[in-house]
Amino acid sequence: MSFWKDPLKIAADWLMGILTSWGMPEVAAQILIGFLGVLILISVLMVLDIFLVWVERKVVSRFQDRIGPNRVGPFGLIQPFADIIKLLIKEDITPSGADKIVYNLAPILSMMSVLILWAIVPLAPTVLGVDLNIGALYIIAAGAIGALSIIMAGWSSNNKFALIGAFRQVAVMVSFEIPMLTMLLIPTILAGSMGMTAITEKQDIWFVLLSPLGALIFLITAIAELGRAPFDMAEGESELVAGYNTEYSGMKFGMFYAGELLHAFTYGGFLAILFFGGYRFFGLEQVSPFLAIAVIVFKAFVGYWIIMWVKYTLMRIRIDHMLAFNWKFLTPLAFTLLMVTALVNALLAGTSTWLYVAGMFLSNLVLGWAALTIARSYSRKEREKVEGVKKVVTTSRSTL
Amino acid sequence: MTAEQIIFLVVAFFTLGSGFMVVTTGNLVHAALWLVSTLFGVAVVFALLNAGFLAVVQVVVYIGAIAILFIFAVMLTRKDMRDQGPQTNSGWWAGVLIAVLVFAGLFFLLQGWGGLSKTAAAIPAGFDAVAELGNVLVSPDAFVLPFEVASVLLVAALVGAVYVAFNRK
Amino acid sequence: MSQWIYIGLFFIVGLIVPVGAITVARILGPKKPNPIKQATYECGIETVGESWVQFKAQYYIFALVFLIFDVETVFLFPWAVKLSQLGLFAVVEGIIFILILIAGLVYTWRKGMLEWA
Repeated sequence: MSFWKDPLKIAADWLMGILTSWGMPEVAAQILIGFLGVLILISVLMVLDIFLVWVERKVVSRFQDRIGPNRVGPFGLIQPFADIIKLLIKEDITPSGADKIVYNLAPILSMMSVLILWAIVPLAPTVLGVDLNIGALYIIAAGAIGALSIIMAGWSSNNKFALIGAFRQVAVMVSFEIPMLTMLLIPTILAGSMGMTAITEKQDIWFVLLSPLGALIFLITAIAELGRAPFDMAEGESELVAGYNTEYSGMKFGMFYAGELLHAFTYGGFLAILFFGGYRFFGLEQVSPFLAIAVIVFKAFVGYWIIMWVKYTLMRIRIDHMLAFNWKFLTPLAFTLLMVTALVNALLAGTSTWLYVAGMFLSNLVLGWAALTIARSYSRKEREKVEGVKKVVTTSRSTL
Repeated sequence: MTAEQIIFLVVAFFTLGSGFMVVTTGNLVHAALWLVSTLFGVAVVFALLNAGFLAVVQVVVYIGAIAILFIFAVMLTRKDMRDQGPQTNSGWWAGVLIAVLVFAGLFFLLQGWGGLSKTAAAIPAGFDAVAELGNVLVSPDAFVLPFEVASVLLVAALVGAVYVAFNRK
Repeated sequence: MSQWIYIGLFFIVGLIVPVGAITVARILGPKKPNPIKQATYECGIETVGESWVQFKAQYYIFALVFLIFDVETVFLFPWAVKLSQLGLFAVVEGIIFILILIAGLVYTWRKGMLEWA
């Protein structure tokens, strides 16, 4: 097995050979090698995080018809490093009356909840952290720790705005977890397993073709989980200053901010794994694991691009509209989609592939169209109730 | 002392210590956060027992929903969350005495039990716990009726919550 | 078992990295506390009233409804894993489960528990 085919195993065996020849017991050597692997992955992630800051600033500037950072280094590439140096040398201010331990723990937990997600992401058929067979629920577990860190940040800051921002953010995160859990069930049904590797391996036909509405709802709920626009009332500058991270400055704020960007990239990665085939690209991943890593990183960037696109295009939604949208539209739609997917999957499982794909795709489209029609008729009724029904056309024409 | 036993002892001390802090700390929100660490310790114990699904469900449901509910309830009802009242009342010695007696009683009862030194049967290779759970939940001669009754139970809890909240309003 | 040790390592390193970054910042940054700097921020003016707000009971109700549906979806995960191998019977059982809970959601909706105001 050449290095290019299975890099992790070759490196691990080589290191194991060296360490055991030094007299280390095998278990300790295994743990040390695992530790080194984790350290390398997380270091790569932190460097990627720095790069993501640059990507975010360049993309937002292009959306807003300006150039963005271009002074520091070629194309402004050194800008994020300058930002990090600035954050590192800032004074560490703890507001008076803040609960010191909880205040300091919150950004650490927030960043940790993002980093642990990368344990289950399969980068290539042979390059992955752990092949946990409960990967889908692990994503939600990490999200739960993230929600907890936000409450901790908001409460410990001893600041009204932080408190309100944190409560609203957690209420939204928690509400949108229900459609997300339901949408995680759909790749589980289609692949017969919750593990990320198994879901990737079963995607001969990308799941987005089998369940486009599922991918769409997963994207919407992921954006809400991330706390990004249009669901970002926690950062609504005009409303709540900076929400739960009002009182944070310096590197602690850096942890929140960088954690949020990395979280968005991670969810782009999960969108790619769950619905767009992960590291698979018509057999390219069999050639070399490095190509597979390139494929999944590219797909994750496409997902991250979509999330950024939505953020910089749409306006913020009001909190009660957001929650009404979730509980009265998304949750019933998500459960109905789950039932329809399970039913169509069971009915069409044995038939030919084309019939199966067409059946699933069409059922999704029909359901989406029906949901939109119901929503539109409801909104029309609401509008007519407010405005009064305008039946006469001639009067409006004559006033032209 | 295998490595597994050492890890278990560390986790057990962590869980018990967090549980002790839950009941002795004065600040209510701190107590809720210690409860989170206790629940996390229990999740780690589940993982040590190779019950991965239960470990993750513990984090998702207990920490992600119930602990957040606790924190919301604390913030909803306490005017000053920095309350520091007296931690014990006048009858604390009776509580300690009863606790020690119960512990001694349990200790003597469990001393003669052989189950503590037995190791569990090895799980057969390729045993997928989640798939087996799925099998068991839907097969008619296993647990399908409790599965459906569980949904009725959840709706009953929802109706109860609505009733309680409705009165408050 | 080794899987979980690896996840534990991820937790530990995931804790060490932010702690390290914040510690470096604490070492490198100046330390000149004064009361104005440490005052609570309220749009540049002095704080009015306590920093505690009576927050709406509605947050609690949303968290409660979330809890019920969270437990429901967790129940559905083992069902979903085995679904493609079991027949239509399992699908119908799952649909009954979901329908009972949707009835609960509709009840909550009609009782007005999902309003923000």
